[in-house]
Amino acid sequence: MFDRRLILNFDWTLLITAAFISFIGVINLYSSTYPHTGTATPLFIKQIYWLLMGVGGMAFIILFDYRTFIRYAYPFYFLCLLLLVMVMFFGRTTSGSQRWLQLGFISFQPSELSKLALILALTRFFIENENPQGYGLRDLLTPFLLLAIPLFLVFKQPDLGTSGVLVLTCLSVLTFMGLRKKTWGTLLVGWAVAVPIFWHFLKDYQKTRLLTFLNPDLDPMKTGYHITQSKIAVGSGTIWGKGFLKGTQSQLHFLPEQHTDFVFSVWAEEWGFIGAFALLFLLLLLISRGLKIANTSKDKAGALLAIGISAQIFWQTFINVGMVVGIVPVVGVPLPLMSYGGTSVIVTLMGIGILMNISMRRFMLSR
Amino acid sequence: MRLKLDKNETLEISSVLVYVNIVIIVVFSLIFSRLWHLQIINGEYFKNLSENNRIRIQEIAAPRGILYDHQGIPLVDSFPSFDVSAFRQDIPDMQALIPALSRALSADPEKLRAKLDSTKGSSPFQAMKLKTDITREELAMVETRRLDLPGIMVDVVIRRNYPYGNLASHLIGYLGEINQEELEREEFTNHKIGYLVGKYGIEQKFELDLMGENGGRQIEVNALGRKKRILESLEPNPGNNLFLTLDLELQKVVEEGMADKRGAVVVMDPQSGDILALTSKPDFDPNLFARGISPENWKALLRNPAHPLQNRAIQGQYPPGSVFKIITAIAGLEEKVITPETTFHCSGSFPYGNREYQCWKKEGHGRIGLRQAIVESCDVYHYQLGLRLGPDRIAKYALALGLGQLTGFPLSNEKPGLVPTSTWKKKRFGIPWQGGETLSTAIGQGYNLVTPLQIATTLSALANGGKFYQPRIVQSVRAPYGEMIREFPPVVTRNIHVSPETLEFIREALWGVVNSPGGTGGRARVEGFDVAGKTGTAQVVQRREGRSEHLPPEQQDHAWFVCFAPARQPQITVVALIEHGGHGGAAAAPVARKVLENFYKRTKGISPSLLKMARETPRPPME
Repeated sequence: MFDRRLILNFDWTLLITAAFISFIGVINLYSSTYPHTGTATPLFIKQIYWLLMGVGGMAFIILFDYRTFIRYAYPFYFLCLLLLVMVMFFGRTTSGSQRWLQLGFISFQPSELSKLALILALTRFFIENENPQGYGLRDLLTPFLLLAIPLFLVFKQPDLGTSGVLVLTCLSVLTFMGLRKKTWGTLLVGWAVAVPIFWHFLKDYQKTRLLTFLNPDLDPMKTGYHITQSKIAVGSGTIWGKGFLKGTQSQLHFLPEQHTDFVFSVWAEEWGFIGAFALLFLLLLLISRGLKIANTSKDKAGALLAIGISAQIFWQTFINVGMVVGIVPVVGVPLPLMSYGGTSVIVTLMGIGILMNISMRRFMLSR
Repeated sequence: MRLKLDKNETLEISSVLVYVNIVIIVVFSLIFSRLWHLQIINGEYFKNLSENNRIRIQEIAAPRGILYDHQGIPLVDSFPSFDVSAFRQDIPDMQALIPALSRALSADPEKLRAKLDSTKGSSPFQAMKLKTDITREELAMVETRRLDLPGIMVDVVIRRNYPYGNLASHLIGYLGEINQEELEREEFTNHKIGYLVGKYGIEQKFELDLMGENGGRQIEVNALGRKKRILESLEPNPGNNLFLTLDLELQKVVEEGMADKRGAVVVMDPQSGDILALTSKPDFDPNLFARGISPENWKALLRNPAHPLQNRAIQGQYPPGSVFKIITAIAGLEEKVITPETTFHCSGSFPYGNREYQCWKKEGHGRIGLRQAIVESCDVYHYQLGLRLGPDRIAKYALALGLGQLTGFPLSNEKPGLVPTSTWKKKRFGIPWQGGETLSTAIGQGYNLVTPLQIATTLSALANGGKFYQPRIVQSVRAPYGEMIREFPPVVTRNIHVSPETLEFIREALWGVVNSPGGTGGRARVEGFDVAGKTGTAQVVQRREGRSEHLPPEQQDHAWFVCFAPARQPQITVVALIEHGGHGGAAAAPVARKVLENFYKRTKGISPSLLKMARETPRPPME
């Protein structure tokens, strides 16, 4: 039976914003991979396929009550872990990190999927384990493990960016969970202890990359060069930008990752401050819609899910753009719906589908 | 378990949301202000930079580590040279540039074009080398024609120099351009085509220590592609320095002694296995390689029939000749088939089978004991001793004394030599061992093969009372400012089990070779220094009798002289092999004597332990 309120409560703003960002993303990919020589399908066309598949996933998600997904949160989570372990053994290695899994003729990144799996698993945990007095350290052992296992596997690939997003998303969810003050203190101390250990396990090139944004002299040949060139690209866009396909920096392909991690530099060069501002505004709108949905959700489960998904989009946006403009180390995180990449696009759209789902069902009473 | 999903329980988040919104606003403001800073405030500056994209990357090569002798005297140094490179991005018209450039560099225009085209795929912002080590004239040409040569840049590069030229070239080795196979190795991931890496000798074996880490810089160039200023720069890390066991002065003496000869000399410290000097002749000049060897020079080296690139000290396998009599004598005493008192009669030849086996002394030695048979190198005595032992007992002692196997010297391509046994013969040729072959083997002819380095280790072990040291050439690897990275202490690989009485007897007999009347090694005598040695004359072609002097040069015998001194508490072992030199005592002993004299002159009155200390603590390099 069909409920009229489902349509009434559909969040059109969210859908239109996401569609608009995706559209901009395709336009920008067209430019950053221009000219499209060779016989292979151009990347912007492939990105359209990914987007369509993502819309399919989104539609599928809307059909079911989101609480159904929470029921399957743990199996989904373990499936993701399995995929991450498989990456470790059979993964395809590109430029030094093992991130891709080849299944038949498609290849995808389980680390992207793990972001969603973590959010679902944390939601499931927190609705099953309540603590009106506020959560203490002991209560957080399971969430800690839920984070630590995929974190370890992703960190091993190595994928610093996704590792960072996992940690920050988890912390964002905790912020809303009402932790005791003392627990926050302990977490802070724990963090202070963990950082040097984590630093120790980094490979030399990763350390250099992390430090280079503070001091470009450390690696003028590679990362430092990227940062310099990326800053020149962004800065040279000035107010109005150089125009579509007119970005001299972008069209000379000085950045190896300009269709993935550095897409924002292409956009900012060709569309200037105005364009960059508009894009960031759209992303901000996406995030704030997500938080609004969390606020108006009819239950805790919906609120938690919406918070997790919004947080993930927020942190990815911040890290990616921050890295392009030189205020965050170069770690490699896709810009939601803008960067080329099938798994990232599909997972992001599925997340947005979950947000819509929560919004649609906010007035429905459960039976 | 029932999920709590179905409860309509809500989460109160609006209170937290206020703070979260503040965080989000702060973060986005941060990004916006950064964009403002880049695009509005500095927009024009960046726009300018981007117009031509004036930022280029240039690599700064790391200075290679230095090799020092044991006293801290540098064996290699460096000199500045000028390289010409191009930034393809800044070349407006390739067709116009190539003729001008080929005139300035006196280079083939087609080759230049090929070089400029070859890196089409790589970044146009990165400098690429066109010609290395240009002459002063070429430098002047390029500098005065700057306007005709846009995108062309001259760099000062530090290049390796070998001030002593050919000295110890087989130990030091040489550099060459990295090849495809090497580029794919993990340790060379940061290397590119055109880099020089060690290809031979210590330069190759210790490449990873010597190479250091290249630096780089981002430079801003003007419209002609000339350097305007440096934006960011990373200084290179120099390679680590190596302290060798080599003694430069002894090495010079050895080089001089062998200047016009073919062969090899090894000088070793019998108390540690340290190589004090080592040469192989003919040799080559590593400086030819440091500048990138020309194809003509390379072909000449490869085609030279004397094989100057071969290190004869570790790769040359020669019959040991009479030097082997030391082994036969030890085997005889240890197996108790003879005693020091056993005598044989030498009439100048020995009949065996249907053949007469000659002694080098036609008129014969008469009745002769073991000591005198060694001193005068009597062949007939050792024929009969050999027959009492049989081939396999001789082989057993040869193997126990380190022949027929690698010494463990750190440089590549050491050869093991050969110790023949009856089973080996059967396997190799399919026919059983012949009795006459025992006779040849006993005097070091026949199938026996040794390398000069092997003989030096074996003799050192006999001299020091039975300890086998692994030959050592590098003492330590130190960082540029002197801190120790790795140390290679002397390594005793094993002990030889020969009774002290036998060793003592042999040492005394070898002393007699040099110092007794009638001894074959008299030419190695040094006043005041007790030298113990053995001559050897290894036949190159089989012949029934007589010496080889009447034969053409390439069929002349190889001359050996091996010795250590002082006979008691020895401090130095010298092994000299001169290819086609004729008689060992005449040709090789004088070379060894020069080494001994120099060593004695410099160490007279210094206790061995002091000497040792001086060698173990290398002086830090002088700046």
